[in-house]
Amino acid sequence: MSVYIVGVGIHPFGRTEGISGLEQGVFAVRAALADAGLLWGDIQFAYGGSDASGNADTMVGALGQTGIPFINVSNGCATGGSALASARALILSGEFELGMALGFDKHPRGAFDPIPAQWSLPDWFGEAGYMLTTQFFANKIQRYMHMHGISSTTLGRVAEKAYANGVHAPHAWRRTPVDLETILNSQMVSDPLTKFMFCSPAEGAVALIIASEKRARQFTTPFIRIAAAAMRTRPPRSFEVFAPFIDIDRGGSSTNLASKAAFEAAGLGPRDIDVAQLQDTESGAEIMHMAENGFCQDGEQEQWIAEGRTLLSGQLPVNTDGGCLACGEPIGASGLRQVYENVMQLRGIAGARQVKNPKIAYSHVYGAPGVSTVTILER
Amino acid sequence: MTSAPIADGIYTDEVKRRLIGGREHATGRMVFPCPSGNDASRFDAVPLSRHGRVWSYTMQRFRPKSPPYRGPKEFVPFVMAYVELPEVIVATRLIAIDLQEVHIGLEVELCFVPLDPLAPERDLIHAFRPVAGAVSS
Repeated sequence: MSVYIVGVGIHPFGRTEGISGLEQGVFAVRAALADAGLLWGDIQFAYGGSDASGNADTMVGALGQTGIPFINVSNGCATGGSALASARALILSGEFELGMALGFDKHPRGAFDPIPAQWSLPDWFGEAGYMLTTQFFANKIQRYMHMHGISSTTLGRVAEKAYANGVHAPHAWRRTPVDLETILNSQMVSDPLTKFMFCSPAEGAVALIIASEKRARQFTTPFIRIAAAAMRTRPPRSFEVFAPFIDIDRGGSSTNLASKAAFEAAGLGPRDIDVAQLQDTESGAEIMHMAENGFCQDGEQEQWIAEGRTLLSGQLPVNTDGGCLACGEPIGASGLRQVYENVMQLRGIAGARQVKNPKIAYSHVYGAPGVSTVTILER
Repeated sequence: MTSAPIADGIYTDEVKRRLIGGREHATGRMVFPCPSGNDASRFDAVPLSRHGRVWSYTMQRFRPKSPPYRGPKEFVPFVMAYVELPEVIVATRLIAIDLQEVHIGLEVELCFVPLDPLAPERDLIHAFRPVAGAVSS
């Protein structure tokens, strides 16, 4: 038995003054309903959540109090992905035929300001100035560049591609190209990463309507099958966001686990993927995640990117809508934005950013304190 | 005037303080800091070596948000690093060195600094500095 995506909706990412995160969520739900040709009253259940913008289930006030089960999900950066994985599992259980997964958020400007106790960490770690996601990403790529011969130019090229792709994505926040020189010479934020290599906290919302095979046959939209949706937490000896220590003998990552689980569930491998959305909190993350998801070996990214293999025209286009770098990062919505983009690509309606005839699309989200979700869609 | 560590149980109380790691009974795995509370009984407190090498690093260039940050209002950028000790790799800041001179593998030793130099009696935190001769000055 399979589960299918029959409707998608997005509230544009970026900054929308005066509109709350919940309202953006409602906007995305209505867009998804319109896309599928459904009414809210048709939806049998929903999973949804945000990291910082309120309780998803309160949306029934605006959408209609139909009494359906509406389950709030709070899973950091994996919120959207967890909502989708849970919604899919509920349909696979046979209890329902048609449901919704949604994620939304609205963050203030500047770096996130997490409180240590909420992350199972001692207060002093934050008091001393170490509770910053930027420090983790910078340290991780700094070490990776040293070990695997990745250059600053390659970091810059990843960002250059993101902004070039964002130009063609109506839902993206930053839609102006930025040239390599500007990226490399922009303000240093957290060495070796410059301002244009980091994504910013932002706003946005995404809703997906999913259906059982039987129910999906009643739709005219193209069949998009969820071949896999796997959420995983960190394994022993991994190096993750907010780490007071790291094991000397390194283990894998939550990304390794989620990727492996998704490929196994789908019966597919990295070579089968036609287009991929990989977590790019900063440009180094995209590079490292190429290897952590199994698309290349550590260090091969230098050549891959020099040869343009991850461009829209390349053998594995990565972050075709500009990813987090161009769209910004509303934590609860980010993972489902990747799935939305893959649906656009598989339907063949991605406009100027459309890659050539993709059949299988991959998305990967990663966040603190070591959570990852991978979904694989198939047309 | 005696300086007080930023938290209890993370540094030894001796003239040359050390970090206190936790060795898990079941696995032998070393963690830092040594867990407190309900989990404490699963770990042995172990003072960590004072010498190590830079494992990775970055520069913290903007003032972290308060809360949780409790450093001085006037922010001075610092090198934030992970230092590999024989037992475990720990998060720290580096002092007495310019960013340009930091590199992976640099030999460093433990020291302690006040989080706020204008209030040296409070909030002592751990840092590492290059060992003598590791950096040309």
